[in-house]
Amino acid sequence: MAIDMKQNNGSGKAILLDFTECIGCGACEDACEREHNLPADPPEDELNHKNYTIVLKEKGQFYRRMCMHCLEPTCASVCPVTALEKTDLGAVIYHEDKCIGCRYCMMACPFQIPKYEWGKAVPVIRKCVMCFDRVKAGGETACAWVCPTGACRFGERDRLLALAHRRIEAFPNRYVDYVYGEEEVGGTGVLMLSGVPFEDLGFQMDLGYTPLPELTWTVMSKIPNIVITGGLLLGGISWIIHRRMDIERENLEQKASVEPGADAKHVKPPDEEGQG
Amino acid sequence: MNLAMEIKQVRHWSTSRKIFWGIIGLILLQGLYFSAVRFFSGLGAVTNLTDEFPWGFWIAFDVIGGVALASGGFTLAFLVYIMGYHRYHSVVRPTILTAFLGYILVSVGLIYDLGKYFNIWHPLVMWNPHSVMFEVAWCVMLYSIVLFLEFLPVVLEKYNLSGPLRLLQKITIPVVLLGVLLSTLHQSSLGSVYLIVPAKLHQLWYTPILPLLFFLSAVTVGPAMVILESAVSARLFHRGLETHIIADLADFQLVGIIVYLGVKIQDLFVRDVFGCLASGQFECFHFWGEILLLVMAMLILMIPGMRRHPKWIIGSATLTVLGILYNRFNVAWTGMLRSSGGEYTPAVGEIGISLFLVALGLMAFYFIAKWLPIFPELKKRGEG
Ligand code: SF4
Ligand code: SF4
Repeated sequence: MAIDMKQNNGSGKAILLDFTECIGCGACEDACEREHNLPADPPEDELNHKNYTIVLKEKGQFYRRMCMHCLEPTCASVCPVTALEKTDLGAVIYHEDKCIGCRYCMMACPFQIPKYEWGKAVPVIRKCVMCFDRVKAGGETACAWVCPTGACRFGERDRLLALAHRRIEAFPNRYVDYVYGEEEVGGTGVLMLSGVPFEDLGFQMDLGYTPLPELTWTVMSKIPNIVITGGLLLGGISWIIHRRMDIERENLEQKASVEPGADAKHVKPPDEEGQG
Repeated sequence: MNLAMEIKQVRHWSTSRKIFWGIIGLILLQGLYFSAVRFFSGLGAVTNLTDEFPWGFWIAFDVIGGVALASGGFTLAFLVYIMGYHRYHSVVRPTILTAFLGYILVSVGLIYDLGKYFNIWHPLVMWNPHSVMFEVAWCVMLYSIVLFLEFLPVVLEKYNLSGPLRLLQKITIPVVLLGVLLSTLHQSSLGSVYLIVPAKLHQLWYTPILPLLFFLSAVTVGPAMVILESAVSARLFHRGLETHIIADLADFQLVGIIVYLGVKIQDLFVRDVFGCLASGQFECFHFWGEILLLVMAMLILMIPGMRRHPKWIIGSATLTVLGILYNRFNVAWTGMLRSSGGEYTPAVGEIGISLFLVALGLMAFYFIAKWLPIFPELKKRGEG
């Protein structure tokens, strides 16, 4: 069985972030805060439970951090109760009523995105949901809608990806020759262009190109086999052993009745101690 | 009744007994305090957990460690009921009881750790077969039922309910078989939980065969736990030690260690991370720690003069338990530190709650053992 989360395969909605065009105005942070009623008071310097996205600066260039909306999201694959869900539109959304608060999503996300309300008695997970309500209604995300420069664009993933490559080709001096998110962990719904090497912005370059859920699924998919084979094997072993013990006991009993003089103690079967 | 009489006799207790129960009392009190804080003010108020380090001491010790140490139940049930080693029968009941209490404590520990603990039943109805956690949840739940069924005969026997007792005895083997399968699955799956973090878990521990290593080490620590339980209850209940049984179990433990270490070292070789072992990183130190404990446990059992001696057997079992626990700590804690920024040590409240749970478990065992025929030869109606 293939991983059935693979519905989008490169298409679906996506966001293209062109860091070289970002002027650091923070309009996206503000818009996001309003859209999702977040308590944050931008500008903030780290992703936390009070924000969904932040604008930072490194080596003279602004850049953004947010959920990557992976094509095969690790978070959704590890969540035991499907509280995180990859929608057909591309957004990875969160159902807070389902969540049990195990924080496996935080452990597993290769980009350290989901955040937790540590200070609350009944906490929920916080992360960008690609303005699912707006997108479902045919709109674009609040951040893309509000961005004054085109540093944040919303659209179909394949078209944005093509645009990203066209831009690198047209302005090779302006960009590092890499579209972050094109292939990372199987591809993400957020694509990034930068003039500064991505490592310097703290993006991990060694995440590999295979979707992480496959690491687990190779093992998980064997479970039915293990159960059936193991069950039959153990059942068989147990049957053989107990059968042999029964036969031994019968033999002993026969011997005992043939030779009534035999020492009674030796005749006592070894396993008549009851079970439980 | 028994209990009330005993409490009246507290005046006549020996000093060491008073101290022991005094300490237990203190642990219970602080546990209640930290529990209140945890459930009224949230995880942040009692733990040092952060967004960078979301799983801490409770997951490492109460859940992952706890499940490993409760493996005595399925290994012994396997030996006795599937393989027909009926001569170990006298240790079956205390072992099953310990495992049962162990799994209850794991679940209680989870309730402390889950942010929305009141949703703990959600995996029953919201299925995600891709999630290891989902599988573990189901296995642990089903296996707890199995342990309950394995233990139930003791209660039925106490109250002379021979009808249901006979019924249960008829299904013993299928129930045990199911228990062995479920245990195999979730013991190994606790290793699979970490397969999804190749970039976060240190390379000394991250390996595609984590599930196999977790299973092998669980099977190894199982007999060791049975040995320790026998030793402790021999002291606590003033019984004789089943010397021949623990010597036998020590053989299983020895084979377990050898296979486990063999596979583990071969895995280091295959993944070519030996260089890392000599690098002097602090992970390296902890890796050596877990290996050395097991090597010592192994050597003790290999030396002819020592291997049949109860004291050394118990020592070796202790080292094994510590070694495997160390391994679980390394996977869940030490090995995850570097990638997260290295900022986690458990808070007083985290350790306090864990101690609280352990104390509850010990007390439950003590009182159940006084109430039910756990140790057959002590009771008139017992068997064996
Ligand atoms: S970046 Fe993390 S939280 Fe966002 S979809 Fe990917 S795995 Fe999930
Ligand atoms: S914390 Fe919630 S959303 Fe995250 S994996 Fe656990 S149940 Fe799923």
